[in-house]
Amino acid sequence: MTTLPTTRPRATFSYKWSQRFASATVFLILTVFAILMVGIPIGWVVLTALKERAQIMAWPPVYLPNPIRWANFTDIFEQLPFIRFILNTLFICFMNIIGRVLSCSIVAYTFARHRFPGKEFLFLLLLSTLMIPHQITLIPQFALFQKLGWVGTYLPLIVPSFFGSPFFIFLMRQYIMTIPRDLDEAARMDGASTWQVFWYIIMPLCIPPLVVIIVLTFLWTWNDFLNPLIYLSNYDDYTIQLGLNMLKGRFNIQWNLIMAGSLISLFPCVVIYFFTQKYLIGGIANVGIKG
Amino acid sequence: MQRSSRREAIEGYIGISPWLIGFIIFTLGPMLASFYFSFTDWRITVAPTWIGLANYVKIFTDDADFYQALKVTFTYVLITLPLNLTAGLGLSLLLNQKVPGMNIFRTLFYLPVVLSGVSVALMWMWLLNPDYGVMNTLLSYIGIEGPAWFWDPDWALFSVVLVNLWRVGGGAIIYLAGLQNIPPHLYEAADIDGASLWDKLWHVTLPMLTPTLFFQLVLELIDAFQVFTIVYIITDGGPLRATLFYLLYMFRTAFVDFDMGYASALAWIMALIIMGFTMLVFKSSPLWVYYESEGKND
Repeated sequence: MTTLPTTRPRATFSYKWSQRFASATVFLILTVFAILMVGIPIGWVVLTALKERAQIMAWPPVYLPNPIRWANFTDIFEQLPFIRFILNTLFICFMNIIGRVLSCSIVAYTFARHRFPGKEFLFLLLLSTLMIPHQITLIPQFALFQKLGWVGTYLPLIVPSFFGSPFFIFLMRQYIMTIPRDLDEAARMDGASTWQVFWYIIMPLCIPPLVVIIVLTFLWTWNDFLNPLIYLSNYDDYTIQLGLNMLKGRFNIQWNLIMAGSLISLFPCVVIYFFTQKYLIGGIANVGIKG
Repeated sequence: MQRSSRREAIEGYIGISPWLIGFIIFTLGPMLASFYFSFTDWRITVAPTWIGLANYVKIFTDDADFYQALKVTFTYVLITLPLNLTAGLGLSLLLNQKVPGMNIFRTLFYLPVVLSGVSVALMWMWLLNPDYGVMNTLLSYIGIEGPAWFWDPDWALFSVVLVNLWRVGGGAIIYLAGLQNIPPHLYEAADIDGASLWDKLWHVTLPMLTPTLFFQLVLELIDAFQVFTIVYIITDGGPLRATLFYLLYMFRTAFVDFDMGYASALAWIMALIIMGFTMLVFKSSPLWVYYESEGKND
């Protein structure tokens, strides 16, 4: 110990300070980016949604709404049946979540645990369908649903979710693979059937991937515009995204009202995201590495 | 034993049947059907009639919109791919540092990824409003007169690129996971050799990250062909067809003009282009993707 050169402590000291300087710089850069990318856009939208119409187009610009006009939010509900649109969308979201959770977890469990001829090929097939863009099947699917008489109903927006989704099946299968098989075996010793093992052993342990499936299904369904646009024709059946599209047409250039409507649609997404971001970011990052 | 493995196989087929049946009904069947439809004249109300290659011939020889859509989509891909890859990588390097409040930063930068749909399109339509939007207001303070963004044919496509760049956190989070998987001993070894920060980035970080970059490249490529809501809501392909993205053109042909046969041919051309590019990326991957398990052999 005594042979340590005397310059060493000073080197550590300056190293520590350069480290602190680096971390302060990174902190500063990230803060600036966060303000530019998230703070200013979202802030501007919120402020717009609270302004009177005259203040939006004032020059020089008025930043803070004065007076604050909360009525922008209630006006929308008077002009368009927004409550109805929200309930419609929630119903479709709910059915999609049920469908996705049930179908994806059963298929994932089977791929993770069962042995059967052709399994490797079928799993490879499943992975390759990840690369098929949905748009290729858009037109023939429309033709199919039209033949079935489903166009103009919610069925085209709901039924496919009961047949799994390659991305979620993959996500959940990877997770189930990490659960020790001993748990299955022990339950089997106690006389549990395959489906009992699935339901009572595997499912309760799969909360992290299930949260990802539920949240992403909600977000994608809630924000989906193309499919409702193609399949829904009845005003009363409209989803929130179609409602927002109407808002744009009806309140041409009344940006305070349009932004209020947009915020109503964004709000549940933001809330759900903040509560589940740990699962979401972790789950998606894992797929990226393994894939 | 024999019986139990047979039983297991039967249970296996039952277990995967929801996906397999769904794949046949909603993916494979429609794909084959659309291949057939692409050789027909089919106006939704009347039955399709076989016209051979006529749709394809017309697309390649007599359809300016098709070439415009290809040009727009490819220009977008060429700008957005390198831009998002480097920006995402840069952001992930920043997000990988030990800094107070890092979880909050990660949460904030990922937020734009979970927001989408019409509301986001409307939001950007307002933010980039030439006269009253926040972008041009801020630019005016530093003495720059901002362009008309979505309303200027020269800037409209770039505006879509910008909106997409807003979601850079999505890629960054995936790179971040890749970064955290790089074994620390590689950096320690580099330190011992006296490597600079730049050396470490170039010779350790990037090679170790190539599998993740590869994955993201394929995803972003497919994504570029899916741009729809933002242009449908904001520009409707304009001004002067400057944002006539491929999917928007296909949508119009199918669901506005109801020319389903022609649109099916467009869909198949898009499928072949995407498949071709994905193959190209896959085939070229041995040249630039570094898998650790391979490196261990030598």
